Amino acid sequence: MSNDAPTHRNIPDRLDSPLRAAILSWPALLLVVAVIIFTVNSFASPYFLSPWSLSDATFNFTEKAIIALAMALLIISGEIDLSVAAIIALASTAMGLALQYGADTPALVAIGIGTGLLCGAFNGALVTRLGLPSIVVTIGTMSLFRGLSYIVLGDQAFKGYPASFAFFGQGYVWWVVSFEFVLFLGLAVIYYVLLHRTSFGRRVYVIGNNATAAQFSGVRVERIKFLLFCLTGLMSGIAAVLLTSRLGSTRPSIAQGWELEVITMVVLGGVSILGGSGSIAGVVIAAFIMGLVTFGMGLLNVPGIVQSIFIGLLLILVIALPIVLGRLRRLRK
Amino acid sequence: MNRLLKVRETWLGLAILALLVAITFRAPGFSTPENLASIFNDTSILLILALGQMVVILTRSIDLSIAANVALSGMVLALINSTWPDVPVPLLIAAAPLLGLAFGAINGFLVWKLDIPSIVVTLGTLTIYRGLTFLIAGGQWVNADEMTPDFIAITRLNLLGLPLLSWFAIATAIAFWVVMTRTPWGRAIYAIGVNPTASVYAGIDVGRTKFLAFCMSGFVAGLCGYLWVSKFVIASSETAIGYELQVIAACVIGGVSIAGGIGTVGSAVLGAIFLGIIGRALPVIGVSPFWQLAISGAAIILAVVLNARSERKTGRIILKQAEGA
Repeated sequence: MSNDAPTHRNIPDRLDSPLRAAILSWPALLLVVAVIIFTVNSFASPYFLSPWSLSDATFNFTEKAIIALAMALLIISGEIDLSVAAIIALASTAMGLALQYGADTPALVAIGIGTGLLCGAFNGALVTRLGLPSIVVTIGTMSLFRGLSYIVLGDQAFKGYPASFAFFGQGYVWWVVSFEFVLFLGLAVIYYVLLHRTSFGRRVYVIGNNATAAQFSGVRVERIKFLLFCLTGLMSGIAAVLLTSRLGSTRPSIAQGWELEVITMVVLGGVSILGGSGSIAGVVIAAFIMGLVTFGMGLLNVPGIVQSIFIGLLLILVIALPIVLGRLRRLRK
Repeated sequence: MNRLLKVRETWLGLAILALLVAITFRAPGFSTPENLASIFNDTSILLILALGQMVVILTRSIDLSIAANVALSGMVLALINSTWPDVPVPLLIAAAPLLGLAFGAINGFLVWKLDIPSIVVTLGTLTIYRGLTFLIAGGQWVNADEMTPDFIAITRLNLLGLPLLSWFAIATAIAFWVVMTRTPWGRAIYAIGVNPTASVYAGIDVGRTKFLAFCMSGFVAGLCGYLWVSKFVIASSETAIGYELQVIAACVIGGVSIAGGIGTVGSAVLGAIFLGIIGRALPVIGVSPFWQLAISGAAIILAVVLNARSERKTGRIILKQAEGA
């Protein structure tokens, strides 16, 4: 979907100073939005500003945000994975199946994460080996993976996960700080380093900006894309472990519609859907924004589907505003 | 004859025939004219939506909000019908596509004037339209007993042996065929899909053409809003939830290329019919309906693999491109 029409770009005489650039950057804008939402929420509901309810708020988004980290890299490289929620369903089903054969907690975790990785590798192989467009491939695997869960489970559910398994989705590391939240922060740091501080990360940007040039510069485009699909699958597997542990059961409809929420998070975080630009900081703040919005509105008894209107508007407004402002500025000149 | 064999629609048509023959061996009653007509009727809405989605995909865009548009338009019409039963149903049917067109135009406008990628725009409007469906109905459903008899009966009206719903699908397919193959507008849609840069130099307004494509998909979504509510006799915020992926699947199976520029009215129609037959055949040959999702997933992947093969053979790319570019 790139190169739609010839465009012209203005190249500035000199770059903005680093401080000015940081203030005008996307994460800074998002941070302002996050602070506003936080303030509004604390005035709107007396229950918002308690450590325990803030801790509860994190459960709303950590699982999705963990997938969003890997999805950000994938979208920066110019691909997309719509099957992440279906991978959660299949990984969760695999864990439930293993449970029927008496698997213990370590085995369950390994199976959940392993299934995610395998699904990611399957997507990656289809896209890179056969050269297929990822959006269609993952629409297909999305039906396939969730369909497999339906074949196994039908209208049934797996229950009876061991007590020790519950820690991943329900346990606290310290006081109100949940295991899920710590894991998310840890992964965010890892992904920050991977994308912004390693040559691998540079290559991801290069591929997203110009895959042909990257190929001729000696970047192994196919291999890196394959790895990114594997990473996204891996993160979906981890999310499956967390979610299954939190819910304590597996149904084939688990995590339905999450793929769109994950992508909304990534795009809201300033990652260009056309590839080539974006940052982990933006995605992390976007995850907080979405979590705060849903939790704050939940406290005010706003139904989930109405909250989604707000998320949808936020997505379009946050992307449209800079474009409109930029046009106005150019008009004034 | 040779030319016919090279066309993908021929092969898909043959595959559908083979499928029908195979199913008939297991269940002899399956291929009776009555049953086939009933399958076609059940596939009508998918078929109409697939046509709208195809036009959008041809322009290198995607409309993820198409099913949410169906739900919202359907809810508005159902509410009008239950609140003011005196409003004549033909008037509602005429208003339905225009209503959907308005929602589609919002998508198109954002894509055209703000240059926001369509996948982002329609992801946003998908949640907004569905949320609005919930809001305007106050979280309630509109049930059969709140609709007027006419509102429900019209799609079931028998005309020359087929219900009116089927005729809506046939008429839409013919209208799309005329627009896509016999008007400059249709040519422009193909042109910007094949090569947007060249289209600009040929004097085609790429943004405006995309806008019109989104209007077309909104138009059919609004029409299907009425058809859906009338057929299933219920309007809720869950109407057609997740259906956008079925619609895209129908296009892909039919051979519409997600990269734009490739795909015909015939391909969207056959893709929808293929999915419709699979859906009806599974219970008949004794396979649990829970298999349907996985089978359509496998069909999509298979179709993409085959499409990629044939697209490569036609050699549209003149300059040799780097692998993976």
